[in-house]
Amino acid sequence: MKDFRYLSGVSTLTLNQEACTGCGLCTIVCPHGVLAMGESRVEIVDHDGCMECGACTQNCPTDALVVTPGVGCAAAIIHSWIKGGKPACC
Amino acid sequence: MVQDDKKESTDCCGTEPSPAPCDCNTPATPEPMFATTGDDKVCCGPQTAPPSGSHERPGYRLWHFVKDFIETPAGPVPLVKTVLNARDRLGKIRVRWGIRRNQYQVAPGLYGVGRPNASSPVLVTANYKLSFDTLRSQAGVTQAWILVLDTRGINVWCAAGKGTFSTEEVVQRVKSSQLERIVEHRRLILPQLSATGVASRRVKKECGFKVTWGPVRAADLGRFLDAGMRADEAMRRVTFSVSERITLVPVELSFLPRYLLWVMAATFVLSGFGTGVFSFQAAWYRGMLMAVALAGGVFAGAIVAPILLPWIPVRSFSMKGAIVGVVTGLVIAAALRDQANSWEIAALLICTAVISSYLAMNFTGSTPYTSPSGVEKEMRRAIPFQAGAALLVPVLWVAAGFA
Repeated sequence: MKDFRYLSGVSTLTLNQEACTGCGLCTIVCPHGVLAMGESRVEIVDHDGCMECGACTQNCPTDALVVTPGVGCAAAIIHSWIKGGKPACC
Repeated sequence: MVQDDKKESTDCCGTEPSPAPCDCNTPATPEPMFATTGDDKVCCGPQTAPPSGSHERPGYRLWHFVKDFIETPAGPVPLVKTVLNARDRLGKIRVRWGIRRNQYQVAPGLYGVGRPNASSPVLVTANYKLSFDTLRSQAGVTQAWILVLDTRGINVWCAAGKGTFSTEEVVQRVKSSQLERIVEHRRLILPQLSATGVASRRVKKECGFKVTWGPVRAADLGRFLDAGMRADEAMRRVTFSVSERITLVPVELSFLPRYLLWVMAATFVLSGFGTGVFSFQAAWYRGMLMAVALAGGVFAGAIVAPILLPWIPVRSFSMKGAIVGVVTGLVIAAALRDQANSWEIAALLICTAVISSYLAMNFTGSTPYTSPSGVEKEMRRAIPFQAGAALLVPVLWVAAGFA
């Protein structure tokens, strides 16, 4: 997906390396190679590649990863602006 | 047992789950699964149809993709075909155009391909029929169990995002299908993209089955299994090729008629105003000019921009759409320069660009790489411009009628 780059510096993904146990599960489930195994802990290697799907946080055993997942669809976001609440399905 | 009754339409937002299909009783004595044409010779007339098989149940109809049934300690399990037929392919074309896409589902539960046994792998998928069909036809696995979850007819990734392809559903479906009586191992292969909704460690804790994350695409499953359940880098990454983007175009278009009809009605009304108060001839003639611009905007924003996506040299989708829309608008303006005055030409150009910009921006919801935070940021910037431009169009258009 290196051919496809979206806006940079926007993803809400954060990694607390102190809490990381180095299990590496997040590096398996991430569909964009955002995370990679360092020496004993995981590192964010491509923060701008993150699409905030939440697969890594869902599978992190120690909540070292945090992201605000959601729907990246304009119609749903407009709907949430008008009606309030979280963007739901399209 | 395969259920073929039409469930009520369920969408992702808060509808009640449909009732679970009945757990049909296993016949006490083994009977032939499919009727045999034995000694039913008749004296005259055409050959009678074979007698009913033991798989038939009052009120149920067998799906065409079921080839046979296999007896298991938890009852008979349908074995499905690995080649799609004309009905499957027509159904695929239909849902790709957005027609009754929310009701394209198969009954959740356990199925098999080949003649699976107690050590065959268990592949988990969604009950969107397109997902199920892709798995059974492309996995290239000779023997496997397929555990279909009730994702309300939604594909794997979207269902995981919406919470129907969830840890709870995996656990519940493993239990209700009595998987522990059918296989001797304790391993499930889940599509990688379902990780958004499934926490693997909780699945293990709550039903004893360990989750192995399979590849993103069903077509890689055969190689994944052959490699000892190891996925290489490419199997783990989402792609968005030209053909994948073209596949999405019809469904994008299918959302539009309901809005375009209103826009067209308003266009014809506004086109009639002019120096002679209201002219039906002007309404028709000028309305058709605007219809060309609307069509141009749809063409640019919902077809050209998605296809050219990575080659349009800006990152914001609204800008990608605006660029393609301006180019398309200029072509339209050049073609219609003798039919319209300069106010009208300006309105046509802006209309094409703004529609294209909005539709391209909305395409973010269909791509596998845009983050919601990014989409929201881009929308906060783009929508004031789009709204301003969209208001300018009718103003210019009506003014042009008096020019």
